[in-house]
Amino acid sequence: MSRAGAVIEGRSLRVIRGGSVIVDVPSLTVEEGEVLSLIGPNGAGKTTLLQTVSYLTKPFEGDLFFRGRKVGPECPVLTYRRAIAMVFQEPLLFDATVFENVASGLKIRGMKRVPIRQAVAESLSRFGISHLSDRSARSLSGGEAQRTSLARAFAIRPDILLLDEPFASLDPRSREPLIEDIQAVVRSTGTTAVFVTHDLMESVRLSDRIAVMDRGRILQAGPPEEVLNAPVDEFVASFVGAGTMLKGRIKKSGPDTVTVSVSDREVESAGFFPVGSHVILYIRPENVTLSAQAGTIREDGGPVTSARNVFPGTVTRVTPMGFYQKVGLDCGFPLVSYVTMQSRELLKLAEGRRVTVSFKATAVHVIRKD
Amino acid sequence: MKRLLCGLFIACALLFATAAGAQQTPAWQKNIILATTTSTQDSGLLDVLIPLFEKKTGYFVKTIAVGSGQAMVMGQKGEADVLLVHSPDAEETFMAAGCGVNRRLVMHNDFVVVGPAADRARIRGMTSSTAAFRRIAGAQALFMSRGDNSGTHAKERTIWKITGIAPEGQKWYRQTGLGMGQTLNVASEKQAYTLADRGTYLALKKRLDLAILVEGDRDLLNIYHVIEVNPAMWPKVNAGGAKAFADFMVSPETQAVIKALGVDKFGSPLFFPDAGKRVEDLGE
Amino acid sequence: MELIVEGIRKAFWLLVTGDPEVIGITLLSLRVSGLATLVSLVIGVAAGTLVALTRFPGRGFVVSLINTGMGLPPVVVGLFVTILLWRSGPLGFLGMLYTPGAMILAQTVIATPIVMGITLAAMQQLPKKLRLQILALGATRLQLVWILTKEARLLLLAAVMAGFGGVISEVGASIMVGGNIKGYSRVLTTATVMEASRGNFDTAIALGIILLVLAFAVNLVLTHIQQKERPR
Repeated sequence: MSRAGAVIEGRSLRVIRGGSVIVDVPSLTVEEGEVLSLIGPNGAGKTTLLQTVSYLTKPFEGDLFFRGRKVGPECPVLTYRRAIAMVFQEPLLFDATVFENVASGLKIRGMKRVPIRQAVAESLSRFGISHLSDRSARSLSGGEAQRTSLARAFAIRPDILLLDEPFASLDPRSREPLIEDIQAVVRSTGTTAVFVTHDLMESVRLSDRIAVMDRGRILQAGPPEEVLNAPVDEFVASFVGAGTMLKGRIKKSGPDTVTVSVSDREVESAGFFPVGSHVILYIRPENVTLSAQAGTIREDGGPVTSARNVFPGTVTRVTPMGFYQKVGLDCGFPLVSYVTMQSRELLKLAEGRRVTVSFKATAVHVIRKD
Repeated sequence: MKRLLCGLFIACALLFATAAGAQQTPAWQKNIILATTTSTQDSGLLDVLIPLFEKKTGYFVKTIAVGSGQAMVMGQKGEADVLLVHSPDAEETFMAAGCGVNRRLVMHNDFVVVGPAADRARIRGMTSSTAAFRRIAGAQALFMSRGDNSGTHAKERTIWKITGIAPEGQKWYRQTGLGMGQTLNVASEKQAYTLADRGTYLALKKRLDLAILVEGDRDLLNIYHVIEVNPAMWPKVNAGGAKAFADFMVSPETQAVIKALGVDKFGSPLFFPDAGKRVEDLGE
Repeated sequence: MELIVEGIRKAFWLLVTGDPEVIGITLLSLRVSGLATLVSLVIGVAAGTLVALTRFPGRGFVVSLINTGMGLPPVVVGLFVTILLWRSGPLGFLGMLYTPGAMILAQTVIATPIVMGITLAAMQQLPKKLRLQILALGATRLQLVWILTKEARLLLLAAVMAGFGGVISEVGASIMVGGNIKGYSRVLTTATVMEASRGNFDTAIALGIILLVLAFAVNLVLTHIQQKERPR
């Protein structure tokens, strides 16, 4: 039996091709109304997993359950396929008008002409392409074509929407509005969705849960904050871009904090680990704060109190990163911080500048390294 | 897309509709396969006789006009019901092998030796075809043979045999492998000698640059027989139909039609009816 | 040269006066080749699609066979069909030799590989993921094939034209299995050969011209349909 509320449940899903394991996922659940994204490097098996979930890749080992019924013996494959909708990286439109494309899924299901017209019109307007209804699919731009593909998927009111890197082949100008529109449609209709992407920011924006994959396995699945701030291992951390990674040893172990010796400094972190363990510390750059002098004002005028970790440091490098500035620091150990442009101006950050670096104990994520 | 399907449907309907208007395929027993030579077909003789026969008896005759050689092979394999051919030596072999029954004389016409008006071999007016052939070989004058095992080709080979000359392979002797009409055209084009049946030559005379140089020799007689394929050897042949056709060919009414054919168009008949006569009595 | 002019004049005259024999021959040509093309269309598209979309051992060999079959000499086909239909042959009991039916059979054998080969190529040049997309839309196997066929329709119409062109113009098979029987199994091509061998070149040219006009007319219609299907 599967959990109530789960639209899809996969058990022991494995895909092996040519001797190598492409997908090895013991358990995967997609809850009703949630948006789950699968991210990971190339070749991680994300697309294959998605195709397995859509029952398009055969053969695969393991079982797939749709609303509690096993696909195959209890739930006919065709019924399952008609409950899902899939959108690919390429629009894959038919050589016909936009209207006919969007209607194709409905025609396949045997809907009659009048209800089709209504459903198609609704779907077209959701994606802002009603004016393209009679245009030939070949004459569309990349963004318009992908909108048509999405409208086609939505028109059938799927139980679950599967998207395979849907924005990857669009230029940034077309991508932005489409991401927003998708977000709006998914939220307003409460559609369950699973999508594959290699763009972390996309998945952070759109998903309720992120699953990080590598070499066929799901390493971590959880809400974006959890994955970003508490990566479960080195790989996940480096993939989601934790910022600072430090090696250390537990020196002291208190009731709810530990002291970690890093190089010749001491860092306080939340958590419990036995003394003497070798650990790795992750600190997100957004959580590292800089100020001009020790002990006095912070940027916002408040006292430098709640942070347990305060170190003097020197700026080693400042790299502009678009919306923010990445500041490399040396506090006896390397540290990375993100600041706004204004902060940089205010603190007069430049190579060699002396600053005070602080971060909370709770901002330090510790992983045991054994 | 719907219009495409509609169009396809209409096309199908039209095709089947035209089928309804076309001639119906007759029943199996009413079919006769007549294997004959191109000359009987090209002369227009069968175009006149076949409809008469069909109307009279209700049979449907499938006339397969190939060379005498192929016609007889068809008879040997039981793939034809009745033969109308003009290759006496081969016919006798055929009969001796028991492949046919009721070989009956139908008609004859004659061959003529035609050639360029210039007549390099100087055979004009000769009365012996064998002597004429000898002169052609001696002068090494260009000669076109049909080379297709037809009755005409067989006759030509017979004459060469009598002369004792073997022309195959010699530079002046060419084999076209074509029908009589085409061979005449080639001969005319190349100003060569050739052996032709009078009927075909007359029909094409206007366009040919050739003249009749030798005629009237008894060896040049072109004799047609009708042979029914032996039903004992091939039970599947339409023996009744074959007999009906053969009887028809030698019947007096048909013979009269044969006699009249071609007179108004060419001044002389294309064929001479001979039913009931003996071969030895023919020709003057 | 004047022979050709004579031929054109005769062709015109034959058509205008509605010479019944010529009309009959022309209609029979159209009927025989039309039906053969139609049957080969059904078989060829089905088989070509099957080979294009499935994987099986020896597939490469089969594809080579099909491509070779596209260039089958009609006279060889005629020979083999004749041997089958002889009274002494395996299909002799049908009594089909020297009938228009035999001609349709032989021409179907000639046209089917042509249609198959082009269908194969047409299906294979569709994007590979399109098949997945159609399945993801919930199509049954049959719906999948239907939709893919629609997607490839431009090339499939070309296949029809190629198939028709291949058989309307062939003479080797028609003469062998049809027998060129006057008013029954005589078509434009066999009549042309016969007239030429008799030396009636003006008639032969006239018939040839009529054949060309017929083929052109049919292809005009098919091309019109094909170009209308093109996207705006």
